[in-house]
Amino acid sequence: MKPRALTSLLLLLTVAAFLLSLMAGKVWIWPISWAADNADGWIFAELRLPRAVLGLCIGAVLGLSGAVLQGYLRNPLADPTVLGVSASAALGGVGAIYLGLNLLPFGVFACAMLGAGFSILLLLAISRDGGPIGFILGGMVLSTLAGALTAFVISIAPNPFAASEIINWLMGALTDRLMADVWTALPFMVLGVALLLSTGRALDALTLGENGAKSLGINLLRLQWIIVLGVGLAVGASVAVSGVVGFVGLIVPHLIRAVYGEQPSRILLPSALGGAILTLTADSLVRLIPGPGEMRLGIAMAVLGAPFFLLLLLRYRKGAV
Amino acid sequence: MTLTVRNLSFAHAHQPTLEGIDAKFEAGKFTVILGPNGAGKSTLLACLAGLLKPQTGTVSLHDADITEMPPTTRARQIGLLPQGAETHWAIPSEALVALGRIPHMRGAGPSANDRRAISAAMSATATEGFADRPVTQLSGGERTRVLLARVLAGEPEWILADEPLANLDPGFQLDILSLLQRQAEAGKGVVAVLHDLQYAVRFADHLVLLHEGRLFAQGSVDNVITPANLAHVYGIDANLFNDEEGTVQLFIKGKVRP
Repeated sequence: MKPRALTSLLLLLTVAAFLLSLMAGKVWIWPISWAADNADGWIFAELRLPRAVLGLCIGAVLGLSGAVLQGYLRNPLADPTVLGVSASAALGGVGAIYLGLNLLPFGVFACAMLGAGFSILLLLAISRDGGPIGFILGGMVLSTLAGALTAFVISIAPNPFAASEIINWLMGALTDRLMADVWTALPFMVLGVALLLSTGRALDALTLGENGAKSLGINLLRLQWIIVLGVGLAVGASVAVSGVVGFVGLIVPHLIRAVYGEQPSRILLPSALGGAILTLTADSLVRLIPGPGEMRLGIAMAVLGAPFFLLLLLRYRKGAV
Repeated sequence: MTLTVRNLSFAHAHQPTLEGIDAKFEAGKFTVILGPNGAGKSTLLACLAGLLKPQTGTVSLHDADITEMPPTTRARQIGLLPQGAETHWAIPSEALVALGRIPHMRGAGPSANDRRAISAAMSATATEGFADRPVTQLSGGERTRVLLARVLAGEPEWILADEPLANLDPGFQLDILSLLQRQAEAGKGVVAVLHDLQYAVRFADHLVLLHEGRLFAQGSVDNVITPANLAHVYGIDANLFNDEEGTVQLFIKGKVRP
């Protein structure tokens, strides 16, 4: 299939997944009652709509960030957590819950964005020569440090309820978010996504290695700044609003590469769409699994995704070697 | 047209240093940079390509300092084939060659002119046959040709190649050398870092010999490849002779006795 037709198909699937996410749940809400003045209409406007919009945005952000980072590092194992932005944002959010700032409107969001902003500044400060190694080591150290501090905050939580609230938030979910949350996070995500989508040509040039890219006139330091800002803003905002949702950023670029080929610029937009489809579908399934509670999206994604990914990997390897 | 290096010095913790280099590279000539490991050959080439900024001195192209040029302008005029034949993703050869057009690309897709340059570069390097094959599946010789086609696709006036023959069999080495030679004959400035003295003697129009970060000798093969120079720089006992067909050859007898 031609790339354009494939992208149209992905767009169509994104719309379908979005509609599914609007309808699916313990109560199915069909389009006919979306504007209705009853419980169904209320569930749609207050619960389903923000949840679906968030799923769409977060999935797109994670898929795109994964594709950009894998292209930049020329390593298919990279994912949006390598920069330490997610961990720092999570630490900010956890700190806010610990201090009781979650009772204030946007308290958690603001603190998580502060954490993300801090990690962005730190990464920009250590990015001197445009080389990726020191920069990624910095990100990993940051990630470990933030993880340890997060564990520390949980361990000193005043009571089991606070600890469980923190852990719950950390696990990543799209439940109980308001349209107001969506509107707060959206500008950061849109800006981040726009920055990340602009990196295609430079990522292609990096196929030739750093010297090859530089000889083609690519400014690697500038690319690094764009990536730090793009991933920082977009992933920071998505963690701030939904906790840490793993796996999408790692797996989606692989799926997309299998159909679009490996050229980094070609997989950016499709990875964003693929991330949205996967997240929306997983979040709809989570709601449909019968039982008292709901499986957390972050957990569901890993539980469903891991075996599928392994299977794909095995088939891929067989074909390639 | 010349690429001129004046009083260039470069020092960095992770890179061989250069000191007080004065050299001139001319268009239409195949210049070979020689010198033992660590002499600063790749450092000099990276300075010529504008990838490294010398601490003192200048590299100028038509009297314009290349470190002051916008990177894209520089990239349109100077093409570099970096060391190591790096290719990171399994993209089709033709897509790899198309990367050479990046300094020229403005809009979203390739223009008619871009397409023409890509196919000309592929036919010059005889790589059309594997246009659709992923670069990761090519042999070393094929891959080097595709990477060279990538440089040619940018239609630079200068072609710089850092050890383009590494890991190639003799047949493929000769393919690459004659490709570079043809580019020089067509009027481009070709500068290559080579390790093989025999090839340098056979193919170079001009030689630049580095030793411990300094320019040791430059000029024609006869002036640079002398037994005294080779003994001093490489510590080898070697001399030039004319073979039965009248071609100048280098014969390396062994290490110089201490």
